[in-house]
Amino acid sequence: MVQKLQYLKETPSQTAGPFVHIGLAPGDAGFDIYRTELGRDIAGPEAQGTPITVTGQVIDGNGTPVTDVLIEVWQANAAGVFAGAGEVEPGFRGWGRVIPDFDSGVFRFETVKPGAVAGPDGRMMAPHITFWLVARGINVGLGTRMYFGDEAAANASDPVLGLIPEPPRRQTLIATAEGNRYHFDVRLQGDAETVFFDI
Amino acid sequence: MSLPELQQRDRSWHPPAFAPDYKSSTTRAPRQALLSLRGTASELTGPTFGHGDIDPLDNDLLRNYAHTGDPIGERIIVHGQVLDENARPVPHTLVEIWQANAGGRYRHKKDSYLAPVDPNFGGCGRVLTDADGCYAFRTVKPGAYPWRNGVNSWRPAHIHFSVFGTAFAQRLITQMYFEGDPLIALCPIVNAVPDARAIEQLIAALDMNASVPLDSIAYRFDIVLRGHRATYFENRPEGG
Repeated sequence: MVQKLQYLKETPSQTAGPFVHIGLAPGDAGFDIYRTELGRDIAGPEAQGTPITVTGQVIDGNGTPVTDVLIEVWQANAAGVFAGAGEVEPGFRGWGRVIPDFDSGVFRFETVKPGAVAGPDGRMMAPHITFWLVARGINVGLGTRMYFGDEAAANASDPVLGLIPEPPRRQTLIATAEGNRYHFDVRLQGDAETVFFDI
Repeated sequence: MSLPELQQRDRSWHPPAFAPDYKSSTTRAPRQALLSLRGTASELTGPTFGHGDIDPLDNDLLRNYAHTGDPIGERIIVHGQVLDENARPVPHTLVEIWQANAGGRYRHKKDSYLAPVDPNFGGCGRVLTDADGCYAFRTVKPGAYPWRNGVNSWRPAHIHFSVFGTAFAQRLITQMYFEGDPLIALCPIVNAVPDARAIEQLIAALDMNASVPLDSIAYRFDIVLRGHRATYFENRPEGG
């Protein structure tokens, strides 16, 4: 016998289910209860940088939009600083909750384009927004990243995109750009399945 | 900037993405292997919340949506502590819950179960843990309800929990079940968790010591988030 290591086990995840909005976005469930709902304003009124709009869909293995998904996004400000880890503009949280239209599954959010952030080895990571997806049928929240299609040079040297062994799969993390509007679909299965991370 | 890294998540302790007895997972489970990524600033930082974000009544589901009186149902207190895998309390972190009412009906425009909504029950609450990582909610015990998995499938009574921690990669959503509920053993969502000891971790214990005599009975539900790795010696940089 040996001494016991006194670590605890992480609480197992369970699906957020189809009614996640009641808890995390009650206005979308259809009722008004809190003074303020959290995550409705990602960048705040004083954010510096380029305002952007992101749209997209989360698509299941049958090609059907996942209309009950709830996405949380997390990003640095335009200077590449995360709220809580350095000085950011007043009101900049860099975190938000994104809920698609319940009929079409199309989501849309507004924020500012994040700046590049240093990776653990000091190499710069291309601008990106972290996504975390929960829904009915998703047993453990899915983590991925959205990169920007108009940052080809930065994307090409991004250390995280570079970890993806199959170059075509890197494209699954890159939003198409049209001016300050970006489109990013997340595919849960299929030929163009999005790369999800085990972090 | 050097941020503390997290211990690797033990995926065998969690339900697999593809759990065919829970039918919804079949079209929503990624089929490719997850890509292992050592945490960067994007995952090791995370949003924080303060008392300006929420109101004191937000954790009292008996009162936070009461219009004409208290909601119908068994009055309960659900309390516990948020810890990390190193058994350290996680203070000042946001805990959000949602649940069906005592009849098993959710206040959601997409829920069509025949049990009625309760005009005095919203079904959601939120609170920040205190300096010791402790939290408490007051609510009614949710009812079991049918769902379209098998033709006669019923969810055990449960409360959904969402917890943050300090790093976005600690983010966790789970469900709390109630000690003694015979529906737990029948539930494919519960049984997607492969290890019986892990399932036990999802079942809140009746806690008579925290009950309020002649008022409410209590259940205790502790939550464990991923812990940080010990860093007694710095890693050499890759290739260094």
